[in-house]
Amino acid sequence: MGTKVSKSKNLIDSILINREWCKRCGICVAFCPKDVFEEDEEGTVSVPRPEDCIYCELCERLCPDLAITLVPKSQPETQTAGDAS
Amino acid sequence: MSETKKPAGYYLRERFMPHLWCAGCGHGTVLNGLVRSVDELGLKKREIVMVSGIGCSARMAGYLDFHTLHTLHGRALAFATGVKLSRPELKIICPLGDGDALAIGGNHFIHAARRNIDITVLILNNRIYGMTGGQYSPLSGCGIDATTAPYSSIDEAFDAVRLATASGATFVARTTTFHVHQMQQILTQAIQHKGFSVVEVLSQCPTHFGRKNGGLEAVDMLKGYQQNTAPVGSKKLENSPDLIPVGVFVDEERAEYCDRYQGVIDRAQGGAAARTAPVGQGGAAAQGGAP
Repeated sequence: MGTKVSKSKNLIDSILINREWCKRCGICVAFCPKDVFEEDEEGTVSVPRPEDCIYCELCERLCPDLAITLVPKSQPETQTAGDAS
Repeated sequence: MSETKKPAGYYLRERFMPHLWCAGCGHGTVLNGLVRSVDELGLKKREIVMVSGIGCSARMAGYLDFHTLHTLHGRALAFATGVKLSRPELKIICPLGDGDALAIGGNHFIHAARRNIDITVLILNNRIYGMTGGQYSPLSGCGIDATTAPYSSIDEAFDAVRLATASGATFVARTTTFHVHQMQQILTQAIQHKGFSVVEVLSQCPTHFGRKNGGLEAVDMLKGYQQNTAPVGSKKLENSPDLIPVGVFVDEERAEYCDRYQGVIDRAQGGAAARTAPVGQGGAAAQGGAP
């Protein structure tokens, strides 16, 4: 509500990263078309801009570690939440 | 198709995760795509047998919660043929590496293709033997640096698609770990196809191939797949024939080996009439007993 509501807004409830599985290869950071991810000097990935996500699934599908789970807004129950850390 | 999408973890043996593949290894992306295809097809875990050989690619069998066989180097297709002939109703998927499929297992590969036995083969082509330390493989090609080719390889590479086609595979496709949506589509088609299906997936090995060939990282290699490929039959490929064609090359029907073998069983047992007689009697007895 308010400033800059992009068309893509509200598609995603959250982007979960399983930090025990992630090997910090940087593929999600490099290929996200909306620059949703960020990595620090050690390669640890964070999701500072989840609201920009357009739910293209590229990160989830490219991730070699199967460490990313996109939770869409409409999903009634978030069973995958257990994977998150 | 299944109505609800299951999380990837449903199909994995999560106790073995995180997997042993290096950071940025494309094999994990293939595992990711395969899980999506199996989910899309609504296959039950007990309906699938994964048979693998030896190498980085072969470790995939350990992470999937299907029936799995981790067998000998290059011999996955020999084991898979045995499984398929004894239980033709099961789906057989073999994740093979480039060396596993076309060097050590080259003969098994061409003969399984010739028979058109209903097996889905994934050739995870990273153009190197990763697990043993970066030796060149028959898919490395000329000018590639490897542990065993410090002054670069002088061997031409096999074209896995043309080899599979010439050997008689009835579904042949190529995709890459960059083309993740296409990968899922092609894997789904390949698993559904009745007959010998071969899917070559170009998969990056940043640790051995990348490091020895210009210090390429996983992201660079994925961008390479994006830039150096073109869909089969496209204008882009026509204009730049040096690009690597991706897509489905062969999709045809031909008598499948288990069906042909059933014909042998029928003939040996005195024809189809003799074989079906007891079934008819059983049906009549069941009907008689019903009231």
